[in-house]
Amino acid sequence: MTHRSETILDAQAVERTLRRMADQIVESNGGADGLCIVGIQRRGVQLADRIVTYINESEKSAVPRGALDITLYRDDLQTVGPRPVVGATTLPGSIDGKYVVIVDDVLYTGRTIRAALDELADFGRPARIGLAVLIDRGGRELPIQPDFVGKKVNARTTDRVDVQVQEIDGSSGAILVSPKA
Amino acid sequence: MTTPLGKDLLGLEELTGEQITLILDTAEPFKEISERSIKKVPTLRGSTIVNLFFENSTRTRISFEFAEKRLSADTVNVAASGSSVAKGETLVDTARNLEAMRIDMVVIRHSSSGAARFLAQRIESNVINAGDGTHEHPTQALLDLLTLRDHFKKIAGLKVCICGDVLHSRVARSNIWGLQKLGAEVAVCGPRSLMPNAIDDFGVKVFSRIEEAIEWADALNVLRLQLERMQAGYIPSLREYNRVFGVTRERLERAPRDVLILHPGPMNRGVEIDSDVADGPHSVILNQVTNGVAIRMAVLYLLQGGRPDLASAAMGAAN
Repeated sequence: MTHRSETILDAQAVERTLRRMADQIVESNGGADGLCIVGIQRRGVQLADRIVTYINESEKSAVPRGALDITLYRDDLQTVGPRPVVGATTLPGSIDGKYVVIVDDVLYTGRTIRAALDELADFGRPARIGLAVLIDRGGRELPIQPDFVGKKVNARTTDRVDVQVQEIDGSSGAILVSPKA
Repeated sequence: MTTPLGKDLLGLEELTGEQITLILDTAEPFKEISERSIKKVPTLRGSTIVNLFFENSTRTRISFEFAEKRLSADTVNVAASGSSVAKGETLVDTARNLEAMRIDMVVIRHSSSGAARFLAQRIESNVINAGDGTHEHPTQALLDLLTLRDHFKKIAGLKVCICGDVLHSRVARSNIWGLQKLGAEVAVCGPRSLMPNAIDDFGVKVFSRIEEAIEWADALNVLRLQLERMQAGYIPSLREYNRVFGVTRERLERAPRDVLILHPGPMNRGVEIDSDVADGPHSVILNQVTNGVAIRMAVLYLLQGGRPDLASAAMGAAN
């Protein structure tokens, strides 16, 4: 089967979008105090790093960042079986009383975020948890909505949305891959 | 999609180097779970695991139990004494009865070589070998490998000598296979009476003097000398064993490099290993115990089967 890919965001647009999201996060928190940005493995981690860098630039702050691997909290182990590579979970100290913003590349069914919320609860009790995603592709299977969205696209179930980050893919961007009719 | 290790973990002899590396890599993130204040993830919620121990064990049984509980599985411990095994029930009958109560996995320790495979061929549940006779003890070798990799950052090219009662040791067999598959050089050292006749077939170096082994090795895995061996006439006396084969500080100080010391426990201090070595700066014996829980979590996780019919649908909805 052949595929058609369409660029949703190019490298420059990704930078611009992440800067805007960083500003929105700071705005909603009234500054950088008490913020904690946590990326979901894998590509959410790099996006979170970028957002933290932008916040720290503009606010002259040192916002803590973390990484979350939700593999062990998935609800599909019995159906899909084990995913071979489990990434690292590292949280910066206590998250009690913090405003934790979860960062992921693509929001789709919402099941990853459900798992991330469960995992965060095992680490402490944040004052508030927010969700920032670069692409919201619709298609939710759970009542979960993002607070900060890079770009919204209406993707069909047969489509795939791929986000690329420099550190893993060697380039940065977001593309929509759909099967050719 | 079949599980990456197949249905059972019976030994390292039948695994590939890639599968062994996958287990070690999977164990890495599991280490962190045991450092959390809530030491639990919901991964195996609803799975029932039976720990079927026909032989005494403290460390291995507790380590498996911690691993199971930290993955949220429900566990039942069955010891041979005090169960219907003591009334003469066969291994298969015991397992089939357990299976009739709808269990998912069995962890088995048994004094007969091959008991784990025998069971695995007859029940549907996943079987993990926690030591069968003088055959294999795969999770022990895996945690030894992980501890070596933590320290040296690689296994390939390492020189590891297994010292002591190789003849009766399932730990030795599993270690030889695991180390060789990952590209390490393996040697054994011990009295001729405690070496298998076919030791040359294993493709390992054989040292008859501990001094030579220490001079050659990056790491020593010192096996427990089972005290019954003396009564059986394999060695003249414990004192003599210590004098000739004991891993002592004096001997290690003469080594050209620092030699890492591993021991699967339980130790006979003053027999195969001296206290100042066991507690010394190059001993990683307690790191082995810590790594044991992470390794067993990784194995339990990787054996958990998926349902191929549902997998493709769920994979498509990965986000």
